[in-house]
Amino acid sequence: MPKGQTPSQTVGPFFAYGLTPRQYGYPFASIAGAEVAAPDADGEHVRIEGRVLDGAGEPVPDAMIEIWQADASGRYAHPADPRGSNASFRGFGRVGTGTDAQCRYWFTTVKPGAVDGAQAPHINVIVFMRGLLSHVYTRIYFEDEAEANARDPVLATVPAERRDTLLARRIALPGGTTYRFDIHMQGPMETVFFDV
Amino acid sequence: MPYTARDWDSHPPLVSPDYKSTVARGPTRPLVPLPQGLSELTGPVFGHDSIGPLDHDLTRNGVRNGEPLGERIVVTGRVLDDRGRPIPSTLVEIWQCNSAGRYNHAADQHDAPLDPNFLGGGRCITDDAGQYRFYTIKPAAYPWGNHHNAWRPAHIHLSLFGNSMASRLVTQFYFPGDPLLPLDPIFNSVPAGARERLIADFSIDVTEPGFALGYVFDIVLRGPDATPMEA
Ligand SMILES: [Fe+3]
Repeated sequence: MPKGQTPSQTVGPFFAYGLTPRQYGYPFASIAGAEVAAPDADGEHVRIEGRVLDGAGEPVPDAMIEIWQADASGRYAHPADPRGSNASFRGFGRVGTGTDAQCRYWFTTVKPGAVDGAQAPHINVIVFMRGLLSHVYTRIYFEDEAEANARDPVLATVPAERRDTLLARRIALPGGTTYRFDIHMQGPMETVFFDV
Repeated sequence: MPYTARDWDSHPPLVSPDYKSTVARGPTRPLVPLPQGLSELTGPVFGHDSIGPLDHDLTRNGVRNGEPLGERIVVTGRVLDDRGRPIPSTLVEIWQCNSAGRYNHAADQHDAPLDPNFLGGGRCITDDAGQYRFYTIKPAAYPWGNHHNAWRPAHIHLSLFGNSMASRLVTQFYFPGDPLLPLDPIFNSVPAGARERLIADFSIDVTEPGFALGYVFDIVLRGPDATPMEA
């Protein structure tokens, strides 16, 4: 008989040379980084960036963010997605907040398509950090998808006054489009975290 | 098929005040239940092409001009789902401090020596029986700033995916008989009755004669639920 789920423990402050070595300059290959979609992937190429803020509003310099998303046509690069994925799209990214002066994470990717008929385009996010004993899940939705967001069944279960915490802000810059998504661990703007 | 729920009787609470950093970093509002769909039941797939030939052997993958110092160990075990079925072809990543208690990390200020021949990071992919295997150096205890005279018991950090985002796990395992375990707020954040699952077993069968002591640490991840919920 199995022993039950193995308990979670914090990622701690020193994950970088094991989990994000290339980004931090350690001599070890990385299995994933900031590039979620290759430059030739179909779709609108965007940058996602933001900070993780603690209960005092201080940016967290030792967090690790992972994202997992569908490609521009809404397909996941995984066998459970019957539609199959396109070759230039990995869908997974992993970045630590410790190499940017402002403690930002960032990803280069394409804006995902709607995964099925009902859900609005979204990116799945897992947050780890020193001081967080078990990872937490959240989702990035896009503020410029108001119509799809209004119909999204997951957003509908979130109290209306907290839905804003799941919306990435679109910033059109000369070099392309950036979406800004800050993650508030606590406080009046505490991000909605999901029990998946 | 949906995955079993995260069993919060097995996992630590998000705020555990004896571990001081959790007080400002753990979310305070209840998690919002999210019905699992394709977004949660898929996840990144890593093949053997993402693993280098020495990635599983920390006694060799950081060597520059000699052997790393310390006690060589073998760490092996199975990755299972919570119905006891093995999870093959899944990525296991580890990282740890060296035999003096020092991490090869720019931010580690502990006044203990670095080992020029030890990196401390490794990864492997489970085989058809869900088995993983690492060679490494036994890590040591190290001090930290949580409270007066605070020391972390020796541990190795692990990161696993399983087959979906829902089965993601980051944890640490410990060594049997460590006198620091009852004093450690991170180990003790896990509910009583579940925290013992984080202690590896010494195994003379896994021990390699004349070379390395053997430890076994099995890992149980969430898996597809036996009783599918109604759609
Ligand atoms: Fe540690």
